[in-house]
Amino acid sequence: MRKVIETFKLTRMFNRLTAVNQLDISVESGEIFGLLGPNGAGKTTTISMLCTILKPTSGTAKVNGFDIVKEAMQVRKSIGIVFQDPSIDDRMTGRENLFMHANLYGVPSSEQKSRIDRVLKLVELEDRADDIMRTYSGGMRRRLELARGLIHYPKVLFLDEPTLGLDPQTRDHIWMYIRELKEAHDITIVLTTHYMDEADKLCDRIAIMDYGKIIALDTPSKLKETLEGDVVNIRANNPETLLSLVTEKMGLQNARINNGTIEITVKNGKSMLPRIVEAATQNNIFIESISLREPNLEDVFLHYTGRTIRADSSRERHGFLAIARRRIK
Amino acid sequence: MTELRGFYTLWLREVKRYFRDKVRIVSSFFQPFLWLVVFGTGFRFSGQIGELNYQEYLFPGIIGQALLFTSMFMGISVIWDKEFGFMKEILVAPISRVTIFLGKMVGDSTDAVLQGTIIFLVAALLGIKVDLVAYFKALPVMLLITFGLVSIGLTIASFMRSLESFGVIQSFINLPLFFLSGALFPLTNPSIPDWLRLISKGNPLTYGVDALRTIILGEAWQPLQALHVNLAVLGAFDIIMIIIGTWAFTRMK
Ligand SMILES: Nc1ncnc2c1ncn2[C@@H]1O[C@H](COP(=O)(O)OP(=O)(O)OP(=O)(O)O)[C@@H](O)[C@H]1O
Ligand SMILES: [Mg+2]
Repeated sequence: MRKVIETFKLTRMFNRLTAVNQLDISVESGEIFGLLGPNGAGKTTTISMLCTILKPTSGTAKVNGFDIVKEAMQVRKSIGIVFQDPSIDDRMTGRENLFMHANLYGVPSSEQKSRIDRVLKLVELEDRADDIMRTYSGGMRRRLELARGLIHYPKVLFLDEPTLGLDPQTRDHIWMYIRELKEAHDITIVLTTHYMDEADKLCDRIAIMDYGKIIALDTPSKLKETLEGDVVNIRANNPETLLSLVTEKMGLQNARINNGTIEITVKNGKSMLPRIVEAATQNNIFIESISLREPNLEDVFLHYTGRTIRADSSRERHGFLAIARRRIK
Repeated sequence: MTELRGFYTLWLREVKRYFRDKVRIVSSFFQPFLWLVVFGTGFRFSGQIGELNYQEYLFPGIIGQALLFTSMFMGISVIWDKEFGFMKEILVAPISRVTIFLGKMVGDSTDAVLQGTIIFLVAALLGIKVDLVAYFKALPVMLLITFGLVSIGLTIASFMRSLESFGVIQSFINLPLFFLSGALFPLTNPSIPDWLRLISKGNPLTYGVDALRTIILGEAWQPLQALHVNLAVLGAFDIIMIIIGTWAFTRMK
């Protein structure tokens, strides 16, 4: 497989802060590559460097075989991007924004109209296409930006939280289309998202990033396997006692209390359940409920990045400019 | 080809945005109106310049003023684009920074010249003698004046993040350039002190205003220098400013 993106100790500092720290990753041709990580992990900074809008402090990368510093123009000819932050001209209509993009990115004139009609239909904005974008809702603006990213068929498409703030139907729709487009035009996709289910379904490989470094990188299923086990959730009248029972007597080290619920990660959850119940009963602990589930990507994410929610340390947003920025975690 | 299309796209965007800004168009009638009516009428009875009355004399100067103020103000679009994020969309596009700069610059210049055209309309409404031939002759000269001035505005804006600081810098540059351009009083007057004449010689707008007067007022105007000298100076000024502006855009984040 040909490597479409390859980074070599790619680093970016903002004053003292190292936003991206000696990154070495490679993305293969035709792959959907997920870049996950908590707020401020360095995902957007990485993408900005790969798109040539930000210069690396040190190290470099190749995109479609071109160096991002020395051959920036060639790189720009190979890529497309949907930015995390708004990037439309809101004094122009939706359609005008799309035509500007088509012209700036060299879409042949003969194909412009048909491609633009197609993407407008995809994001269900045909009716509003000729309105000035200032009158759009946050989600509608986002949809138009997404549509815009899909009208020139680049070699590599960067999608920085593309579906943020979109309703589930639209998300589903768009992902189907993107997969079709990818197959038909041999596009490689780099995606960041905070929707774990989305990443799980779509990505061929996932890199989990934190503090500017990659801390895990594999296929979604392999990542889930590395967690070694199932998650058992127990609600009991005396969680502390049960926790110490489980960790000390039964030797299950990977257990903790979270919001009053005991959460245990074990290798073979099914055979563990009866033994936990038995131990509880013997010690006069009343179990209210107990559940067992296979690990999902969210567990993987939390396993690698820890539980605490970090303050959104990313750049200051300018009030009304931010569309649906605040996410409920 | 892609570059040419990119240029056209960026040019068209500036022009479309100009026509959509109704408030700006309406208000742009107001200022020259004040200058020509109040200032112009007031001074008309205070003195005569050759065979011209002051209002006639002032008219090309007010065109120069409008071109100066609008051109410099156009830089604000760069700050808007940075603030609203559209600049990113332009900067990752596969077109060169030279094209980006030229597209924006020529687009903004077109807007500024439209603004100058409005002054002709206002003057005609006020009964100042304006002929169509002079207008069409003045068009390329107006463009020549704005290219360099717009480039200055864009260059300054490319270094700035906030609208406020851009506004402050503007007023530092605009008024001296305006007052020292001979827009309001004739530099040909022998009793003008040498220092004033000397400083005005370093002001590109002086040559622009003089050229406009030569074209619009014809025989009645005693020019500072020949028209072709004025045009050559303006051309040189434009080339230098365009080079600086392109450089500034190349290093923009
Ligand atoms: N222009 C900038 N100036 C200073 N610091 C910056 C700048 N851009 C990013 N940072 C810092 O770099 C770090 C990484 O930011 P980045 O935007 O890459 O995070 P992210 O992974 O995309 O986060 P999110 O999920 O919130 O989008 C953060 O600590 C952020 O504050
Ligand atoms: Mg980000």
